[in-house]
Amino acid sequence: MWAELVVVGVKLAFVLAVMLTTVPIMVWVERRGSALIQDRLGPNRVGPFGLLQPVIDVVKLLTKENLRPEGVQTFLYLLAPAIAIAISLSTFIAVPFARDSGLSVFGQPVDGFIVAPNLNIGVLYIFAIASLAVYPVVLAGWSSNNKFALYGGIRASAQAVSYELAMTIAVVGVLMAAGSLHLQQIVDAQTGTWLGTLPRWNVFPQLLGAVTFIVAVFAETNRLPFDLPEAEAELVAGYHTEYSSMGFAAFYMSEYLHMIVGASLITVLFFGGWNLPWIDIPFDGWAGALLSMGVFAAKVAFFMWFFVWVRWTLPRFRYDQLMALGWKVMIPLATLNFLWVAVGLALGYF
Amino acid sequence: MVTYVFLAAAALAVIFAILAVVPRNPMTNVLSLVVLFFAMAAVFAILGMDFLAAIQVIVYSGAILVLFLFVIMLLNVRKVEPFGSGRRWQALIGTLVAAGIGGMILVIAGLLLPEQGSVLPGVAEIGTAVPIGKALLSTHLFAFEFITLLLVAAIVGAVYLGRREER
Repeated sequence: MWAELVVVGVKLAFVLAVMLTTVPIMVWVERRGSALIQDRLGPNRVGPFGLLQPVIDVVKLLTKENLRPEGVQTFLYLLAPAIAIAISLSTFIAVPFARDSGLSVFGQPVDGFIVAPNLNIGVLYIFAIASLAVYPVVLAGWSSNNKFALYGGIRASAQAVSYELAMTIAVVGVLMAAGSLHLQQIVDAQTGTWLGTLPRWNVFPQLLGAVTFIVAVFAETNRLPFDLPEAEAELVAGYHTEYSSMGFAAFYMSEYLHMIVGASLITVLFFGGWNLPWIDIPFDGWAGALLSMGVFAAKVAFFMWFFVWVRWTLPRFRYDQLMALGWKVMIPLATLNFLWVAVGLALGYF
Repeated sequence: MVTYVFLAAAALAVIFAILAVVPRNPMTNVLSLVVLFFAMAAVFAILGMDFLAAIQVIVYSGAILVLFLFVIMLLNVRKVEPFGSGRRWQALIGTLVAAGIGGMILVIAGLLLPEQGSVLPGVAEIGTAVPIGKALLSTHLFAFEFITLLLVAAIVGAVYLGRREER
């Protein structure tokens, strides 16, 4: 009992520490990356390469006055950023960060550093929690007593529902190919190669599914080119217009946390999780577990950079284009992928 | 332990079910429904039906209630009529039906409890992904397909009603 609690507690603390450290690093990557793409310097004064800039930013946000405008619905207004953080931090407990090398600590299995290894419906759990991520946005928009915030909230709710459909249908193909809802087993199903040439990653047979899933993840995380809920050219700052200081910081942080979850899901579902292409991870025990964790982290880091890359490359969609893309392109493509996987499984292709 | 978690979830469900009907702020009503569905999901999870618990949250909290919020925000409904301001006979019938259902549940629970313990036997096995999928595509195939047909009919009807007038 105690060993169990200690192991779960350590895993939880470890995951939390990694996530909360990644957020400021990603803020730095975003600002320096955007500068790189736009051919300017970016923040480079504080610390080497401006690395300490996020620290200064946090100090600034903490010491700013926490302004609460008149006419807001106080309870919901204060609740919204809290829910945003809570939801984005609680999605991580089903993600497999490393290979399950049969390790154990105090007689408790490590299980690839999953905080909740016995959750057999890991994928559904993550989708269930992630589908709630629209609530803080909507609540902030509604309670702010500001028409721009309200527009942001309305857009967020319609966008989330539309793209969730495409995202879910795109994932069904992966679940069928793996025959499991447990993320560790989904990764295990992607070990090895096809005919010794292609890695068994889901992205190769299910390219359509991968593309629709990645696009839907962009829409669900409210990142450019789909950041309509906070489109600053039209809506001031959208749903968080009326938030200052740490209220704003909470929304900002949760956006980056959602990016980490999105990148992890893309990696696990379509890009083989902690598998190296062509090579089996050579070591057993802790070395193998840590190496597989490094591979996973590298893939996630690539997709995080991909988020930044796309954001500073593509312009924002118009709202009707966003809806048309979601309903008329993404859902049919995801369904096509689903049909192809069903036919492929029935004929024994994979 | 399980009993206490169940009691907490049940208490939350009852409290937020009341909060979903009584307050006048429509946002409070919808958010109470969200918490209510979470409490129900917790009850499913306690019974070992992890699949149903997740689906409960995905379908209701993640999709249907978001649409509720969308409509509330689009129409900008700031207040609804106070609870009990409708027709008298409606309130009367509603109370009677609720009391009847409550009484029925109490009677059934009273009949089952002493023999079968706090968790119904065989319930946990039917609430996970594989048995539900098999049941939907074998035993209940007709009902499943019929519901699909009904939904398609509903979508066609909604599109027909919502179409723009040709000029």
